[in-house]
Amino acid sequence: MAYEITLLTTMAISVLFALSLNFITGFCGQISLGHAAFMGVGAYAAATMMKASISLLFVIPVAAVFAGVLGLLVGFASLRVRHDFLAITTMGVVFLFVGVVRQQEFLGGEIGISGIQQSVLGRTGFMLLCVVLAGVFAGFSLLVKRSWLGFVFDSIADNEDVSQVLGIDVAKYKLFAFVVGTATAGIAGALYAQHYRFVGPDSFGFVESISVLAMVVVGGIGSVWGVMFAAAVLSVLPLLIQFVDDYKILVYSALLFSMMRFSPDGLAGIVQRLRNRVRNR
Amino acid sequence: MKPVLEVKNVTVRFGGVTAVDSASLTMQGGDLIGFVGPNGAGKTTLMRVITGIVRPQEGSVWLEGKDLTKLATNQRIRAGLALAQQIVQPLRKMSLLENVALACGFAKTANPFKALKSFDKAAEKATARELLGRVGLQDVVDAEPSKLPLGYLKRLEVARALALRPKLLLLDEPLAGLNQSEASSLADLIKTLNQDGLSILLIEHNLREVLRICPQVYVQDLGKSLAFGNANEIMNQPEVIKAYLGES
Repeated sequence: MAYEITLLTTMAISVLFALSLNFITGFCGQISLGHAAFMGVGAYAAATMMKASISLLFVIPVAAVFAGVLGLLVGFASLRVRHDFLAITTMGVVFLFVGVVRQQEFLGGEIGISGIQQSVLGRTGFMLLCVVLAGVFAGFSLLVKRSWLGFVFDSIADNEDVSQVLGIDVAKYKLFAFVVGTATAGIAGALYAQHYRFVGPDSFGFVESISVLAMVVVGGIGSVWGVMFAAAVLSVLPLLIQFVDDYKILVYSALLFSMMRFSPDGLAGIVQRLRNRVRNR
Repeated sequence: MKPVLEVKNVTVRFGGVTAVDSASLTMQGGDLIGFVGPNGAGKTTLMRVITGIVRPQEGSVWLEGKDLTKLATNQRIRAGLALAQQIVQPLRKMSLLENVALACGFAKTANPFKALKSFDKAAEKATARELLGRVGLQDVVDAEPSKLPLGYLKRLEVARALALRPKLLLLDEPLAGLNQSEASSLADLIKTLNQDGLSILLIEHNLREVLRICPQVYVQDLGKSLAFGNANEIMNQPEVIKAYLGES
């Protein structure tokens, strides 16, 4: 049973993390290549606090604030210009994050922070918390898609210039998506720190950023259900199949390439096309 | 009553080139003004100054007595400007109805928090349907823009601009690329919109249609204001003929 609990917890954290990137990249069309840095900020903030015996339930919102504030700063610096600039800036942020963390003794330097205490929730309670948080954010994402906010995000992802001419403050909407997405990545980071009871700089680098991007692309950029499915499967695949664990980056990169080449709208697009075909018969 | 639009001594330089040189224009409410001039006259640059896409080195732009000069494009749109662009830019992943409905909901899209609290689109879709009918697109409301010809998309641009309930409609070469029958029909629509009380500034190269529908024209040449007044009188002035045809 302990193994299943671990799998479910891993899945739920990955789903939350992937949905947080989907909010930025999928909904608003802004490519982030450094999303793991925001998860890392949440994870390190949470790890430091939990080492000081601060309750997990207090740590989670604080981790969200830390990551959200960094998101706000990065957003201010880069969102007023085009997507490619954001992609490059976020890539820089993730390298900067890893570089800075490695040099900080109070963050454990190269070794990271280990020996994080288990929360009073216990393993099962913590798993339920992760599932609930992932579920709540999935519900929020679906709500946003139905709202006028989702409508505006669609227009910005389609054409920023046109959105501007329709009276939409594009920079403000992009910043909103970025702050919500990065704050949620911070929550995923706090859960990660509690789940593994260890955080190290290599867990939040460029490779992790590309891995989560692969989950979003494979699931279908913008599709809540598709991203949830892809994140759930891809996060536990390395735990279930040794080959995937050994060649994780190779497998994820191959999936990313295949999807962009053959089905840019991901699994969600494939399912939609199959449904249309069945309906038209 | 304050003029609907005042452009005061606007100058725009791109490096060493002066695209607009101390240009001024005043429009009263209900005017339909044809904005003409030969290629390179700086018409589109001045239009971009009015919409805030280009910032002038000198001069100011006023809408019904409000200074727009320091406002961003989206703020100018909310102040009462609307623009139908020369190169049609529909939101390609949305139907025509959704394109116009999004513009109709400008009160709900003022900021992300307001947009997050709003769900109902029925009223905006009903208005969008009405506007699409007004521009003659009632039969293709659910179509994807990528499957429609240019003439339809030009009308979509106009419907989307009307959805913003503007005080002033700016039309940048709406007849470009259309055949004579399409151009004539769209020009008739522009005339009707003006007769319904809408102030319109029309940049257009199709002089035949401009002279047919616009009571007044504003002529610009080499970035400078050349003439402004009654359309037929202005187009017969020697300096205007010279600007178009060159020295004889």
